[in-house]
Amino acid sequence: MDPISTQQPIPVRDLLPALLLMTFLLLAVYLVQFDNGAISQSGSFLHELMHDGRHLLGVPCH
Amino acid sequence: MTAGTCSASPATNGFPDIDMVWTLVLRGLVVGVLAGLLAGAFAFVIGEPLVQDAIDIEEAGSAHASLQFVPAHISEWAVGRDEQRGGLFLATGLYGLAIGGVFGAIFATLLGRGRERSPYQLATRLAGALFLAIVLVPFLKYPANPPAVGNPDTIGDRTVYYVVLLVGSALAMLAAARVAWSVPEDAVPWKRPLLAGGTFVLLAGLLFVALPGVSEIPGDFPAQLIWEFRLSSLGTQAVLWAALGIGYGIASYRAAMPSAAAQRA
Repeated sequence: MDPISTQQPIPVRDLLPALLLMTFLLLAVYLVQFDNGAISQSGSFLHELMHDGRHLLGVPCH
Repeated sequence: MTAGTCSASPATNGFPDIDMVWTLVLRGLVVGVLAGLLAGAFAFVIGEPLVQDAIDIEEAGSAHASLQFVPAHISEWAVGRDEQRGGLFLATGLYGLAIGGVFGAIFATLLGRGRERSPYQLATRLAGALFLAIVLVPFLKYPANPPAVGNPDTIGDRTVYYVVLLVGSALAMLAAARVAWSVPEDAVPWKRPLLAGGTFVLLAGLLFVALPGVSEIPGDFPAQLIWEFRLSSLGTQAVLWAALGIGYGIASYRAAMPSAAAQRA
């Protein structure tokens, strides 16, 4: 097996778009799914739909 | 450039580096969804009956020391219990998607910068480190609670504490990783784990002690149910992260190999 140390690191300028986009994705999912009104004050349908997931993934809930 | 083949060799033919980043992120998204659905299946079988038990107690009102908190709860919601059970898979799948995408982006960043011997080892170690930092540490301080536990009036504060601990713990893990990478290859074998582990335990421990505690379990709520629910919640996350680390290690194996492009050229 080739040791990974022969792998050259990917330059940061090529990584930035992906890192930023994925961070926004994570924030979006957090707001839709987990926020209990602390930040988003969002509507309730998706929030209620994912109620059980929120509890079982261990996010603070009511 | 063929998808799945990538190399960080000099960018002489287009943009191989950025292609490689998106290849690795895409695999993270796909593996993340699958890991999320697997965790959802675990939660559905193991955790759902416990959620229902807790809701039954809540609706009956008998085990809740402070009934004034309850009325805003389940029975008044527009979404029924069956939909919420199905929504579990949506929740874990979406969570897996987001975690998987970030995981792929972090993996691409670390590739070639750490001390791992193979992409598979990097994937599994990264999953283990992230599980420890953003699941286990927050769980130990602010463990998951079933419905009917927790005061809705404090949910804002509790969410902030939880996120502060999660982000702080992730930063502590980053600091520990930097310490680990700074230890020379020829150091005695215990130097790196002790220094890196000590860094994480110290920083995460400081956060753990500094953040306020939360104690809201009603006195008459069954302790056994709390314990079983918390185990099922931790198990759900463990399934997700194990599946993500192992699955991503397999899915990215060829793509992340330094020789992949050379072999196909």
